[in-house]
Amino acid sequence: MSAAAVDCAGVWKFYGDYPALRDISLTVPPGRCLALIGRNGAGKTTLLRMLAGYSKPGKGQVSIFGKSPRETDTRQRIGFIGHGIAVYDELSAIENLRLFARLYRLPNPERAASEWLERTGLERVRDGLVREFSRGMRQRLAVARAFLHGPSLLLMDEPFTALDDRAIAVLQAVLRDALAAGRTVVMSTHQLREAMDLATHVALLNRGRLAFHGERTEEMVKDPGWVYAQYGES
Amino acid sequence: MRFVRLRFIRQVMVITAKDLRAEMRTKEAINASFAFAIVVLLILSFAFEPTEDTTREISGGLLWIVFLFAGTLILNRSFARELPNDCLDALIAAPVPGAALFLGKGLANFVLIFAVEIVALPVFGIFYNVRWARQFWSLMLVMVLGTWGLTAIGTVFGALTVNIRLREVMLPLLVYPVMIPILLGAMKLSTDLVAGQPISGDLVVWLKLLFGFDIIFTALSLVLMDTVLVG
Amino acid sequence: MFAMLALAMVLLVRNLYTISLLPDEVNQGQIFRIIFFHLPAAIAAMLGSAVALVASVMFLWKRNFQYDALAVAVTEVGLAFLAVNLVTGSIWAHVIWGIWWAWDPRLTSALICWILYAGYLILRQALEEPTQRATFAAVYSIFAFTDVPIVYFSIRWWRTIHPQPVFFSKDGSFPPDWSRALLINMVAIFLLYTVLTMIRLRQEQTQREIDYLRRTVHAI
Repeated sequence: MSAAAVDCAGVWKFYGDYPALRDISLTVPPGRCLALIGRNGAGKTTLLRMLAGYSKPGKGQVSIFGKSPRETDTRQRIGFIGHGIAVYDELSAIENLRLFARLYRLPNPERAASEWLERTGLERVRDGLVREFSRGMRQRLAVARAFLHGPSLLLMDEPFTALDDRAIAVLQAVLRDALAAGRTVVMSTHQLREAMDLATHVALLNRGRLAFHGERTEEMVKDPGWVYAQYGES
Repeated sequence: MRFVRLRFIRQVMVITAKDLRAEMRTKEAINASFAFAIVVLLILSFAFEPTEDTTREISGGLLWIVFLFAGTLILNRSFARELPNDCLDALIAAPVPGAALFLGKGLANFVLIFAVEIVALPVFGIFYNVRWARQFWSLMLVMVLGTWGLTAIGTVFGALTVNIRLREVMLPLLVYPVMIPILLGAMKLSTDLVAGQPISGDLVVWLKLLFGFDIIFTALSLVLMDTVLVG
Repeated sequence: MFAMLALAMVLLVRNLYTISLLPDEVNQGQIFRIIFFHLPAAIAAMLGSAVALVASVMFLWKRNFQYDALAVAVTEVGLAFLAVNLVTGSIWAHVIWGIWWAWDPRLTSALICWILYAGYLILRQALEEPTQRATFAAVYSIFAFTDVPIVYFSIRWWRTIHPQPVFFSKDGSFPPDWSRALLINMVAIFLLYTVLTMIRLRQEQTQREIDYLRRTVHAI
């Protein structure tokens, strides 16, 4: 039995006095696409960053593929897209991808970098500096960076926010391929429509608590706001 | 095992190259540092009457004050440049050991600071009418050792202070006191070397201090860097 | 704890009496009596910094916030005692040499150490998130402690090149009745240090309890 991609057991997270996450217990088996929804301030970003290993829980435990998210091997298998694009403005697109390919110990960094520039439609601007890119181009490069090393788990914090149409298309295509290959995806989102399209499961965070966690149903696809209505603000 | 070490060195080189390339594209920190070094040299020349005797007495002290201030500008930039776009997140998430990140950034900082120092020396020679190159290689050794001490401390503390408000003030505030022993040694040695005396007798003790300081604090930084980055 | 405090006070008062009865020293007149406070304060502060190091390492290892509380308590009290050391040293310098500060190696090292550990407190103040504050402060404390012996040796070497007024070399000529008074005072001052640290520790723990209660209330 392979380890769950994500396993949270009784996780609490405090910022000073305030509990940002309260008693979260959540298991995501491999191959699932979990849409994490909730209002602003519900704790989605906090949870995702904890899964990615940026912070440790105050109480409880987080394991990724059965291990701590900070272990080197686990880090190799995680791809993260946060609020920032996490690429360097002063470097070119190819230089950025080459850098991360090397940091992620890929056997053929040059080829991986070129391949992902093509997949995200950026091969024409490979030598352009990121600071001159449009917003959509920057987002596409962020996608390339996150997927570059073939991670088994994708953690994405509102990845569809403020993307142009082309970037949305690229991200959806890339995600579909990843899911078809058996990768696991956890993404927080406000864009319910795009999320419901890809998600197999849905979880709702309400004020730091897990208010709902279950399979995506027909009702959710037809009316993405349904979950909020049923399980939302108390 | 050897494979792992090679990979480690490669990751260090990748990070150093990244920092240097990024800096060379914008040249923000290094230009500011050059300019600052020259301004400070200029201002200090007004502080006293540059007779040959006075200059000989204070040359080491003066040089290292300039190096310290100019170096701080570069050290401040080191982790600050990871903040836009949340690049620091990407570095922390990558399977790179903290020690590699420390060495990578440290080497880049060292190269930049040393470049400023090399330029500042002839300017010093011109402004103060000093022939400083009589013990050139010994002076270079002292500069390398002293600058690495500054870089090691400055890089770790740079990571410590990256997210603090008033970072530009906090970094020197924390770094300078820790640097005092190595500054003392570097200043003593530099004063005598600029005056043309070789390193011998009493001065060897200071050289040992510089080596010792560098080794101890580099080792400490390598061990603690992971803790600082992830908590 | 109050027993300790009472004992410390009794010892101190008795010692003050004994010290005032000692005959004047040949070279220094009245002022020599200050050593009975100057020296123990320094030693107490040094021991304090060692405790802070151990507490910091333990915190990084076990992640138990008790260790963090101990580290900050012992460092704060240590700073106070080190300040006593500096001030008494300064007073001494003024009486003997007519200057408010002499670059005596021990005093100069003490000053630098004071600045180092003041940096520790300033760093703590600048960090708001408790876990990050405890972690970073612990790392800094380890660096500071490592620097202390290096500072001491470097200043001493510096001094041998430029001889400065010597205050009080501990080689010989220490009358036996002095030694006893000094020892008793040392015990008294160590007790005082411990008592103050415990008070600060309790304050720190109460603060954490309040934080915890606040958190629980928020969660309801």
